[in-house]
Amino acid sequence: MSAPKNYLIGIYDDEDVLLHGVKKVRDNNVKIYEVFTPFPVHGLEHALGYERSRLPIAAFLFGGLGTTLALLMMTYMMGIDWPMIIGGKDHIAFPDFIPVTFELTVLLAAFGMVGTFFVMVGLKPYATAEVYDVRQTDDKHVMIVDLDKNKMDEEVLRQIIKDSGASEVNDSNRGLNNEKQQEEYAV
Amino acid sequence: MQVTSPVREPLVTGGKTIHDVTEDVCSRVEQAPTKSWMVAMVASISLLLFGSYFVYRTLWDGIGMWGLNKTVGWAWDITNFVWWVGIGHAGTLISAVLLLFRQKWRTSINRAAEAMTIFAVICAAMFPLVHMGRVWIGFLWALPLPNTFGSLWVNFNSPLLWDVFAISTYFSVSLVFWYIGLIPDFGTIRDRAKNPISKAIYGALSMGWSGSAKAWMHYEAVSLILAGLATPLVLSVHTIVSFDFATSVIPGWHTTIFPPYFVAGAIFSGFAMVLTLMLVTRKVYKLEDYITMTHIEYMNYVIITTGSIVGCAYITEFFVAWYSGVEAEQYAFINRMTGPYWWAYWSMMACNVISPQAFWFKRVRRSLKLTFILSIIVNIGMWFERFVIIVTSLHRDFLPSSWAMFYPTRYDVGFYLFTFGLFFTLFFAFAKFFPVINMAEVKSVLKSSSGEIADKK
Repeated sequence: MSAPKNYLIGIYDDEDVLLHGVKKVRDNNVKIYEVFTPFPVHGLEHALGYERSRLPIAAFLFGGLGTTLALLMMTYMMGIDWPMIIGGKDHIAFPDFIPVTFELTVLLAAFGMVGTFFVMVGLKPYATAEVYDVRQTDDKHVMIVDLDKNKMDEEVLRQIIKDSGASEVNDSNRGLNNEKQQEEYAV
Repeated sequence: MQVTSPVREPLVTGGKTIHDVTEDVCSRVEQAPTKSWMVAMVASISLLLFGSYFVYRTLWDGIGMWGLNKTVGWAWDITNFVWWVGIGHAGTLISAVLLLFRQKWRTSINRAAEAMTIFAVICAAMFPLVHMGRVWIGFLWALPLPNTFGSLWVNFNSPLLWDVFAISTYFSVSLVFWYIGLIPDFGTIRDRAKNPISKAIYGALSMGWSGSAKAWMHYEAVSLILAGLATPLVLSVHTIVSFDFATSVIPGWHTTIFPPYFVAGAIFSGFAMVLTLMLVTRKVYKLEDYITMTHIEYMNYVIITTGSIVGCAYITEFFVAWYSGVEAEQYAFINRMTGPYWWAYWSMMACNVISPQAFWFKRVRRSLKLTFILSIIVNIGMWFERFVIIVTSLHRDFLPSSWAMFYPTRYDVGFYLFTFGLFFTLFFAFAKFFPVINMAEVKSVLKSSSGEIADKK
């Protein structure tokens, strides 16, 4: 494992306190590295100033690709490569192509978007999870402030986080996946 | 600040905290299996093994082992197929449609319902695959792959091929939707795991999920769009399944009412199966605080609604047969009611139209025992519905000289039992090794809809 970074870890018990806390901390010109929550907290992305997710665009593009591929495939197979009249229908019978086109549109939109999501978020089997506090996937909200990125005194920073409503401000250098902490916590 | 409605009942009772949710759900995964789980699993595997013999004989000797004949060329196989696909629909409906409508009550039940969808579709897919005769090359025949018979392609004008695309898309999209929902909960289990083996397994399954605000933002977008994609998908799948019949010229099948009627029937039977499974899971895992009476009552509302739609469709079919003036159509429906399969028709009417009306009474709707019994009756009724549509329309052919009856052989019955064994084995394995309740979602509605807040008011 690489050398642990110099972080301050603020622990919040409640999502509403966290939301206000994030705003207060940012108002003090503190750069927040990231916030980890056990469940989606609505409005957190706005409080942190993130741009909206562009995944809908990816879904739309992959869906369009599905539509195009499906229509080209069927037109080629039924109309060009091996034309046959079935049930008196045209070779290229668009109304009959609609169900398969719809299904392939949905299939490619779903898989393309999910693939993009995995890449954007960095999810892959055995990827190392950024766990700063094992309670972050249980019931605590965890705010990480990188001391190196903020030109501020550590004590001042600690006080800002504390004042924003954090129930604990833990020391840095606990490192990723701290096994000792895990032992304390595990049941 | 969050506001709890004074009118609506809480969705999570027992004053649960967020940590309690983690404990309650994860402890089932972490602890040794309970005695009741072992009993259920042994029973399911026994049924699976018993059914395997009949599957083996069907594959080895061919589908001549089934009771099909020249007149009734489809019977139990397609009945079971449509029935199992229908069962699957409630899962996607609960997870996708109710997500789009922002119905918070879905959170406790969506995980298990989605699992049910996937296992039901696996069971369903076995029937058409085996019916193709050679299951080991069935996939090659059904998909548009270049083959050794020359440049001969699958027929895109055929509803049977549309089925292949619809079911495989439905299965894969449902699987992805289910898995995406599981990732955060796998992360929770991974962080609690002591045992290195389970840590490695859940570590791989959670794919490095840490719950960052950025990840949640994208996650929410993905969930919402997948729900948006899955909603028309649910409607399309059963619509296309109904096209197998509706685009034909067989009296009793050739009707425009089939797509909505099949979709309503699918939701009806799907919700009944969700109830059957949920009532068992709730009891075995003591999840009464999460799957509350309110959840059961809401599902019963869906059953009355869809049951009434299905009942309306039965009557409409008769009206249209009479109004169309087509004698063959009229005969098909009179024959359904009074012909040799009258018992199947009247079982269907009793189970699907009459029995769910009992849910109009609050006392029935909120009774666990009656809900459980009625949910099974509805499932039996829906099986009969598919059987009635398929067999009664087929057994009276266009030529009276080829009229025939269908009698299932033990291989028909054995194959059906096999799919039950498979379904329950998969479901109980899921219930033991996976979090049965979507923790992340329940945690997110806890504050606004839990008993804890309501009690304080």
